Amino acid sequence: MSLASPRRAVASTARNLALALIGVCFLVPLAWLVLASIDTNPSQRTELPEGLTLDHYAAVLTPEGTLLPLWNSTLLSTGSALVTVVVAVLAAYPLSRYRSRFNTPYLYAILFGTCLPITAIMVPVYSLFVRLGYLDNLAAVTFFMAATSLPMAIWMMKNFMDSVPVSLEEAAWVDGASAMGTLRRIVVPLMRPGIAVVFIFVFIQAWGNFFVPFILLLSPAKQPAAVSIYSFFGQYGTVAYGELAAFSLLYSLPVIALYVLVSRGIGGSFALQGAVKG
Amino acid sequence: MVAVSSPPIEGDRPTREDPNSRAGRRPPRAGRRSIARLLPIAPSIVLLALFMAGPVIWAVVISFTDTALTGRSAREPQWVGLDNYVDLVTDRDFPVSLLLTVVFVLGSAVIGQNLVGLGLALLMAKANRTVRAVVGTTVVAAWVLPEIVAAFAAYAYFADDGTLNQLLGAIGIDGANWLYDFPMLAVILANVWRGTAFSMLVYEAALNDVPPEITEAAVVDGASGAKRLWWVTIPMIRPSIATNLMLITLQTLAVFTLIWVMTKGGPGMASSTLPVFAYQEAFKFQQIGYGSAIAVVMIVVGAAFSIAYIRMLRPERRS
Repeated sequence: MSLASPRRAVASTARNLALALIGVCFLVPLAWLVLASIDTNPSQRTELPEGLTLDHYAAVLTPEGTLLPLWNSTLLSTGSALVTVVVAVLAAYPLSRYRSRFNTPYLYAILFGTCLPITAIMVPVYSLFVRLGYLDNLAAVTFFMAATSLPMAIWMMKNFMDSVPVSLEEAAWVDGASAMGTLRRIVVPLMRPGIAVVFIFVFIQAWGNFFVPFILLLSPAKQPAAVSIYSFFGQYGTVAYGELAAFSLLYSLPVIALYVLVSRGIGGSFALQGAVKG
Repeated sequence: MVAVSSPPIEGDRPTREDPNSRAGRRPPRAGRRSIARLLPIAPSIVLLALFMAGPVIWAVVISFTDTALTGRSAREPQWVGLDNYVDLVTDRDFPVSLLLTVVFVLGSAVIGQNLVGLGLALLMAKANRTVRAVVGTTVVAAWVLPEIVAAFAAYAYFADDGTLNQLLGAIGIDGANWLYDFPMLAVILANVWRGTAFSMLVYEAALNDVPPEITEAAVVDGASGAKRLWWVTIPMIRPSIATNLMLITLQTLAVFTLIWVMTKGGPGMASSTLPVFAYQEAFKFQQIGYGSAIAVVMIVVGAAFSIAYIRMLRPERRS
């Protein structure tokens, strides 16, 4: 607006400045992560590195240091995302396509499940896992994490499925296709972006989850990066900040990449809509 | 649990893209057929019953026992009736923890994330495009990072020898040992830093939906910026505010990792919100039964919020 009055121009500058200032406040702790990871003499302070080095990355990039934990994270996250997506697609189909007395209570239960704070039930979950002999069992933890993200996944999946027109399926039904056949050949291909959003959503949640594997997985060989990075923190009395920051960034990269993929590639507000608007 | 007799949820939501997808085109004719149709739901029911409903019921059951982590009570727990709950009420630490949880939720979610998120969204709506993109990315980055990484960054920021005191020192202020002297303030600010992006995204989307004619009409009528915000914009986005408040409250209620990494709930009990308190009672003091009683309290609090939230999602609220 070139014709704006001086008063308005001042207000606009003030707004941008205020925004930039808040932005800087949010940036500083993030900047520390990056700077400390390449500083030859890292500390808790945020400062320009005395000298640049990749030694911290080299130091953590060892098989038992990061590669095994990252592999465990991959197994856990991919596994629970796959289980969640398959189970959620199956559950969403009847909920979206048929009306039944069962739908309403089930959807209420699902909504209720999305609100349940998982950290609240970790003590009884631990006790239950002890009783069932599932403690330190990667597969059981994978299924548990799938179950905790299932309510939100079913909710999102049903919303995505609702927007796939039913007319194509009706044509297939007339031609004698089964419900499961149409689900696999028609509905799933049409809602691929929605499925990708749910998969990535669950994957990111599982990848970043610290508390669940911290409680349920005991042997270091099975622990994902979230837990092994924590034992890294203060293991030898003093914290090795450079290596901690380097490991943190390596561990964060996949979720950042996936987030960018969802928000740019598949549509940002679209993804949030599935989750929030309900 | 909830009002089941109300109309089906799917009929309640007017934002339906395709009317064809309306469920119930083919009413089930026979009971057997409808059971066959519901079969695909079965795996989800098994998983949810085993790993969601199971632990909730189990929490209630063992909260009436003296189950411990090790020793005899671990092998043969005894029924102790309401003992754990009586202990909870008489325990000096429990009310402290409850209060800290309320302070944490109010301070970091209801006030912090909510207001900063709204402020950011309002500023962004009129800001320079480059500033908006850069600031938006920064705020979202703190949110996208895994929680434990965000917690490390916050720890380094608030540590005695950390970045905050370095910045304060640069302007001549001798900063405190934040994590030790003001642990609640530190974890609240850290949670605002980490979680604001969610509120910002919700409010950005909500503000986009406010028709510009309405704000313009207010401008023509001579309403000042603050008056427009209070009388026009806020009422227009009220449903989003309610939804957002409910979701961030539930998320904040469940925060464990951030507090655990930054302060371990300490010093002493000074930052032990309920999840941290339950963890400590169960695993440090080995009292699984007592920890489960705390879990039951948290489940009840969470359930109260969930029911309020579910009721809000129904359209009757828009009266």
